[in-house]
Amino acid sequence: MKLKTVALAAALSLTSAFSALAEPVKVGMITTLSGGGAGLGIDVRDGFMLAVKKSGSKDIEVVIEDDTRKPDIAVQLADKMIQSEKVDILTGIIWSNLAMAVVPAATAQGKFYLSPNAGPSALAGKGCHANYFNVAWQNDNLAEAAGQFATETGYKNSFLLAPNYPAGKDMLNGYKRFYKGDVNNEVYTQLGQKDYAAEIAQIRASGADSVYFFLPGGMGIAFMKQYAASGVDVPLVGPAFSFDQGILQAVGEAALGVKNTSQWNKDLDNAANKDFVASFQAEYGRLPSLYASQGYDTANLILSAMGKASVKDADAFRAALKAADFDSVRGNFSFASNQHPVQDIYVREVVKEGDVFTNKLVAKTMENHSNAYVGDCNL
Amino acid sequence: MPIVLIAEQVLNGLQFGIMLFLMAAGLTLIFGVMGLINLAHGSLYMVGAFAAAAVAGWTGSFFLALLAALIAAACAGAIVEIVVIRRLYDRDHLDQVLATFALILIFSEGTRWIFGSFPLFLDIPDYLAGPVTLPGGIQYPLYRITLIAAGLLVASGLGLMIAKTRIGIQIRAGENDREMIAALGVDISKLYTLVFALGAALAGLAGALVGTIQSVEVGMGEPVLILAFVVIVIGGIGSIKGALIGSILVGLTDTLGGVFLPQFFQLFMEPASATSIGSSLASMAIYILMSVILIWRPTGLFGSRP
Repeated sequence: MKLKTVALAAALSLTSAFSALAEPVKVGMITTLSGGGAGLGIDVRDGFMLAVKKSGSKDIEVVIEDDTRKPDIAVQLADKMIQSEKVDILTGIIWSNLAMAVVPAATAQGKFYLSPNAGPSALAGKGCHANYFNVAWQNDNLAEAAGQFATETGYKNSFLLAPNYPAGKDMLNGYKRFYKGDVNNEVYTQLGQKDYAAEIAQIRASGADSVYFFLPGGMGIAFMKQYAASGVDVPLVGPAFSFDQGILQAVGEAALGVKNTSQWNKDLDNAANKDFVASFQAEYGRLPSLYASQGYDTANLILSAMGKASVKDADAFRAALKAADFDSVRGNFSFASNQHPVQDIYVREVVKEGDVFTNKLVAKTMENHSNAYVGDCNL
Repeated sequence: MPIVLIAEQVLNGLQFGIMLFLMAAGLTLIFGVMGLINLAHGSLYMVGAFAAAAVAGWTGSFFLALLAALIAAACAGAIVEIVVIRRLYDRDHLDQVLATFALILIFSEGTRWIFGSFPLFLDIPDYLAGPVTLPGGIQYPLYRITLIAAGLLVASGLGLMIAKTRIGIQIRAGENDREMIAALGVDISKLYTLVFALGAALAGLAGALVGTIQSVEVGMGEPVLILAFVVIVIGGIGSIKGALIGSILVGLTDTLGGVFLPQFFQLFMEPASATSIGSSLASMAIYILMSVILIWRPTGLFGSRP
């Protein structure tokens, strides 16, 4: 009898000690699941949920809502998740303008926000916050790598093209920060523009030796198809957002051989990545995109922090997040002092494998690259 | 600025305008004949593009793909008219806007259900690919020349139909006095379904033709829809001729404004701010054009009703 009581007490104390660590965590994911651009949100969600499923953890609960790419809806959803769902962590937002609408309010209310995609400069510099972590990149990063690549390749005269909105300007600034040649022309197009005949004619007449462009999603599909049909053969370079796994099939042959920069690719040689790519394909029947890899890393970061600290103890949990003690599919991964990634960035080339258009790694352009806004953040 | 570049940009503007015309023609017919504001017109454009991409994927034939776009959009249009739109003719415009906005959501999510969330592949067939050299040494994509020719062909066919055929007479009569042609024994509900399907087919054709050089994805129709509304307001509601002139005006203004306004500001400003002011002004150019035309002619260029 006595023995039994002791055993029970021991068991009880054990479970309570265990549960102090593995305090259940409720994650609210606000992402874009319908309308144009839904492919990105779906990849982030699928990557995230794959990591949760593989962990087998019963202590993480994920509430998923669709922001339909509208800032006002994202704000409503964030309020609902914080006030009635009582989530501990928010994540999921794809677009910088939605992140700007949600993140400052959420972190001010003491919630953690982990960005699996958007990395606006305003949240990296003066607007940084102890509870805001970016697990993807600061917006300028991939553009900076493209600039570095252009300099290394010896391009001397670049034609720059981006939509006329804040991220478009960030992407040109990032390129110019590391590109040492001359800027032939800077053209800002309308956001959502699908016809680039006028810009392609300007490129043809410009005498530039390279074209740097940032045209995410459907804009990039349209541009590359029209560029290939125009017969202009000035080489293209750009960040990975016009070359992700979701849209390459829609671009087809027109993208073959184009160099683009990314912090991740499916053939990165590390065990975590091999496991991720294989299990993503097995689970969803398609190749993962960089967005899926970012969702996967975000979930694994949360899971790693949950193993070290209780989410109720905000300081300990924050320190556990900041340690970034998880196997990133990108290999090297740590946080800079403004809680944005320090990571390697690669040049990839679009290739065809069987019937599928995809990217293969070409070279590492930047090693342990941080971001330009660390100094402005007083964390 | 070399003359070749200017000529190329004029061709680009013309091609953009003519594709807009295919959208605007249906929209203006539907508004003119039935008095209906159809926000879901952009969805029919999307239906055409997706049908074309699907059929091109199965058969590899671009011609069959275009045919499929016409048929699918016309059928979708006819079904929507019979099931939903028919109940809206007597309602005010706000009810019509609400209901057709709901149709946009239904079409978008329905398409995403069937085809998934990722953009589809639809490309120019080999025999229309690549550039050709025009007189004067202008290099211009063959496909875009084909678009201009196809659009003009459809425009003249539509003009002939409205002017010369019996159905055209009924459409024009419907624009002038709905009650009277019903009283004269024309089956008005059949006429309405027909006009709606015709407008939908034109939108579907535009979706397939333009989707080929742009992207086939959910939500592709809405940006075009806004421009098409600008076109019919400029051209005069209900007028096919107005839609054609309005489309070409909007196409040329948008294209040439985007190219030349930044360069114009560079004459007397530093390049960075010239680019940013010029681009911002270029995005406004068509709306400024619309305001100017409406001040001059409040019912549009060819609008008849006061």
